[in-house]
Amino acid sequence: MKDVYIKTEHLSYQYEESNFPVLRDLSVEIGKGEFVAVLGHNGSGKSTFAKLLNMILTPSSGKILVAGKDITDDSMTDEDILALRKTMGMVFQNPDNQLVATIVEDDVAFGPENLGIPSEEIRRRVDTALAEVGMLEYAKHEPHRLSGGQKQRVAIAGIMAMQPQCIIFDESTAMLDPVGRKEVMDSIIRLNREKEITIIMITHYMEEAACADRILVLNDGSILMDGTPSEIFEQEDALRVCGLNVPQCTELIHRLRHQGIELKGDCVSVEQCAELLIESLNKEEKNG
Amino acid sequence: MKSIALGQFYPSESVLHRLDPRIKVILTILYIVCSFLCKNIVSFALLLLSALVLILLGRIPLKVVLRGLRPVLIILIFTAFLNIFWTKGEHLLFGWKFIQIYTEGLYAAVFIIIRITALIIGTSMLLTYTTTPIALTDAIEDLLLPLKKLHVPVHEFAMMMTIALRFIPTLVEETDKIMTAQKARGADFSTGSLIDRTKALIPILIPLFVSAFNRAGDLATAMECRCYHGGEGRTRMTVRHVRFADFIPLVLLLLLGAALIVFNIVGIGYTM
Repeated sequence: MKDVYIKTEHLSYQYEESNFPVLRDLSVEIGKGEFVAVLGHNGSGKSTFAKLLNMILTPSSGKILVAGKDITDDSMTDEDILALRKTMGMVFQNPDNQLVATIVEDDVAFGPENLGIPSEEIRRRVDTALAEVGMLEYAKHEPHRLSGGQKQRVAIAGIMAMQPQCIIFDESTAMLDPVGRKEVMDSIIRLNREKEITIIMITHYMEEAACADRILVLNDGSILMDGTPSEIFEQEDALRVCGLNVPQCTELIHRLRHQGIELKGDCVSVEQCAELLIESLNKEEKNG
Repeated sequence: MKSIALGQFYPSESVLHRLDPRIKVILTILYIVCSFLCKNIVSFALLLLSALVLILLGRIPLKVVLRGLRPVLIILIFTAFLNIFWTKGEHLLFGWKFIQIYTEGLYAAVFIIIRITALIIGTSMLLTYTTTPIALTDAIEDLLLPLKKLHVPVHEFAMMMTIALRFIPTLVEETDKIMTAQKARGADFSTGSLIDRTKALIPILIPLFVSAFNRAGDLATAMECRCYHGGEGRTRMTVRHVRFADFIPLVLLLLLGAALIVFNIVGIGYTM
């Protein structure tokens, strides 16, 4: 495992108005530059987990360490919290509710402006961030004229302009159409591979989770499974118990195996699935 | 719904578009003062001329400018009508039974038309057509900055204006969706008495408000995540510096104002 970047120790959280905790005794380590997908049915505590990581919510008990620093410590000043939010960017579900300005580039500049960065530097960062998500040509556009996927990419650029170490995506593709989802996923993957940004992606889509290095499955506020996509999707029955699915291609392979067809190897993506099937068909041809 | 324009900004590359927005706000106020300084025929001629010069400087098609005047057309006609028929003077121009038109009335009507037209053209050419809403809010924030000493939350007001402008199209779209949804369930907005129709708006307003509050909550969290902490220590991407050239229109307009005052004292031509 790479260097530990985020570490939670016995993390619990309970909303004041509620009787039972949303998160209980959650301990996990996330490495620097890792791409982690977080799965779980509604109410499993995924979003609460995300909001604790940048101190939008304060845990009821337990510790969170980001880059070795305990962010739940009482000695955290307002500046410390700002510094934390700068390093731990967050992109939300509804693209409309996170854009502040009436022009794309002004919106991307919002974060760095809040950080008090000199204007020329902001200009440079805005252009770089927009280029990274492929939205540079829309710099002067009005956000409400863009498609959902484009708006969400602008939101990502707005976070990138703060130069974070880690970005948390809280179901950022849930409100998008398939095209928009692909655009956003491509951007996320690129940020992880090229910029080595740690990604924590909360999602409902198994196909998206399959792109991650590692999957955490949350159930009723604690970690049920933790492993690589192929390890997780292997346990189809366990996933179904907590209301989750496996990607369609994985399901297909699983069913074929049940039928007694020999298919060796992991399958979490359509490409892998196709390869397995071709291999099996070729084998049959030789034998037959 | 996507065609909804924020303000009336008309993109173009004119002198007026490039002018510093703060100067433009001051110019607009001065221009309004000037239009009320006019009392005689020469002054009004000058005012009309200045409005034409502004149109030329702003490079806005005449069609667009005239379209902007359409909403006030009725007011123009109505005030002109009142002035023609109800102004009493010394020189009777036309008299038939109770209809009496005096020269003074005609002048008054022409003056009022010029004043209103010039006011609208002046403010729209200087501000709404040539300045983006965001530049306008920035300018207002800068100009009101001295009030910060009196603990007026200037930055917060400007931020509220920006967010309001940003969310107008979103909420309009939302209203449209809610209306369609309620219509699909048999809501009727277009028949019945005025009271019935007002009541029919309640099923639109309530979901709209609920959703607006939800959006506000989401936006607040998103802004916090992007390190927003008020105006303290905030910088701007576009820093505007007033150039020397920006002062030229200011001087010209001040000269116009001075001329108008002089004309009032001397009393050139027909005076109201």
